[in-house]
Amino acid sequence: MDAEKLKQYRDLATRIRAHCLRMTHRGMSGHLGSMFSMADMLAVLYTSILNVDPDNPDWPERDRFILSKGHGGAAVYAVLAEKGFFPLQWLDTYYLDDGKLSGHISHHVPGVEFSTGSLGHGLPVAVGMALAARNDGKKHRIFCLMSDGDCNEGSTWEALMFAAHHKLDNITVIVDYNRVQALGKMADVIEMEPFAPKLHLFGWAVRNIDGHDYEQIETTLSELPFDSGKPSWVLASTVKCKGVSWLENTVGSHYGCVNDEELARALAELGVCSE
Amino acid sequence: MRSAFNEELLRIAHNDDRIHMVLADIGYGEIEPFAEAFPDRFYNCGVAEQNMTGVACGLAMEGKVAITYSIANFPTLRCLEQIRNDVCYHNQNVKIVIIGGGLAYGALGVSHHSTEDIAIMRALPDMVVCCPADIKEARAATHAMIAHEGPFYYRCGYKQEPDLHEGAIDFELGKAIQACDGADVTLIGTGTVTFRALQAAKLLAAEGISTRVVSMHTVKPIDSRAIIAAAEQTGGIVTVEEHTVCGGLGGAVAEVLAEAGLGIPFRMIGIPDTYVHIVGTHEWLLDYYGFSPAAIASTVRELI
Repeated sequence: MDAEKLKQYRDLATRIRAHCLRMTHRGMSGHLGSMFSMADMLAVLYTSILNVDPDNPDWPERDRFILSKGHGGAAVYAVLAEKGFFPLQWLDTYYLDDGKLSGHISHHVPGVEFSTGSLGHGLPVAVGMALAARNDGKKHRIFCLMSDGDCNEGSTWEALMFAAHHKLDNITVIVDYNRVQALGKMADVIEMEPFAPKLHLFGWAVRNIDGHDYEQIETTLSELPFDSGKPSWVLASTVKCKGVSWLENTVGSHYGCVNDEELARALAELGVCSE
Repeated sequence: MRSAFNEELLRIAHNDDRIHMVLADIGYGEIEPFAEAFPDRFYNCGVAEQNMTGVACGLAMEGKVAITYSIANFPTLRCLEQIRNDVCYHNQNVKIVIIGGGLAYGALGVSHHSTEDIAIMRALPDMVVCCPADIKEARAATHAMIAHEGPFYYRCGYKQEPDLHEGAIDFELGKAIQACDGADVTLIGTGTVTFRALQAAKLLAAEGISTRVVSMHTVKPIDSRAIIAAAEQTGGIVTVEEHTVCGGLGGAVAEVLAEAGLGIPFRMIGIPDTYVHIVGTHEWLLDYYGFSPAAIASTVRELI
């Protein structure tokens, strides 16, 4: 990967993280860890992978992107604003009275396909969209970004069985596999391992990547579908709250945000000016 | 009634390629003609109602009319959050059809009794709640459901229910149909049990009590005008619904009367606030819970 592209991804991911820090700090809201673990993937998706148009968000031929882990919605708002789907100033209203942006992702925001917030809802709807696209001979693709907690939900497994049965190779799931849930480490809540083999046995084409490695993210998502006639599943290993050293891989970062002093420190770690 | 629904839907689907059926492994003996005619528009999700509703929503978001179809509470309560968050919040064109509302599946037991569905579906913003009383209403309601843009709950009967209405009907969503006129009291029913209200009205007529019978096939949006007219013109209302007395038709009618300041004599005939802890066929259970024409007539007599 050339240095310029790498810098582009890194800069965008840094801006996403900085926005999320400020938004959750201003709103005193949570889920910072969930936003930071997927920030790098969002930077690549919205720069190089998703075929979307900020000037025409409802363009019928667009790729559909559903964030099933709706609690991390601020990170998607941030990337959408950075890409010009709506003014950056809207981010200042996140989680506030009469604001433009709610805590969980909302379809009332330009560029957002579907509202979520309760886990296990994204994949069934994405599968319905994939079915419609295939039957209508449409070429657009459907992406669903999920959390590992999302995969605790029975509805997710109902949907992934359906997608494999119907050989929907126009759908891609990306799991932000940070292994930390709301009340504890995944291994202590519901152990998903061996995760990839399970998905393979359920009929999906699975690839493991490092969800913070821009080159791996870009290369992997440029090779869809992984296997013709099979839905694609990217198991992206990530670090919860990646980028804020003292919050990384902590359960507390799921519901947490930062105070005034921590905001300055976190922005400094990101290499962003506090002002 | 379920056969009439399926026939009508199939007829409409021949001219409307937006229509998709999304099932959860229920519908044996009824859905096969649709499946054979439109294999690309028929999906059996397996026994997975949450995914059925999500897939239906995804199809609807791409411009389809998606019909989820199952029995009793399976396509409503099992997947209520998908109906609320996915279908209703996004105001999508998903039609939820249940076969066998109320106690229709009688001796199969409580898992198959849909007795809180009207209240629950009625509480969801943007949801239309429709309970046809007879096969004529069922056929017309199928057309109205497809013509309506947005979420729709259709509570279908299970067998060959008798006709409530003589002759042709003028069916319009949100507009009650009068089965017979009366001056002394009004019975407002919804769904197939309304036929028993009509039988009760005939018993009362023999005693000189003139009873209006109204089919409130659309519980939401409810026909306030018909309720207020009944209150003003007949002076008393008894609601009849195959549903608990909590928040269903009776509640909806009471809301209209209270807001209109019409403090008239009023009773609700429904299943009491309990599950059915006894065993019996549909008709037997209805009699047990006070839906026999004689029992309905008796309630009316006590009221006026």
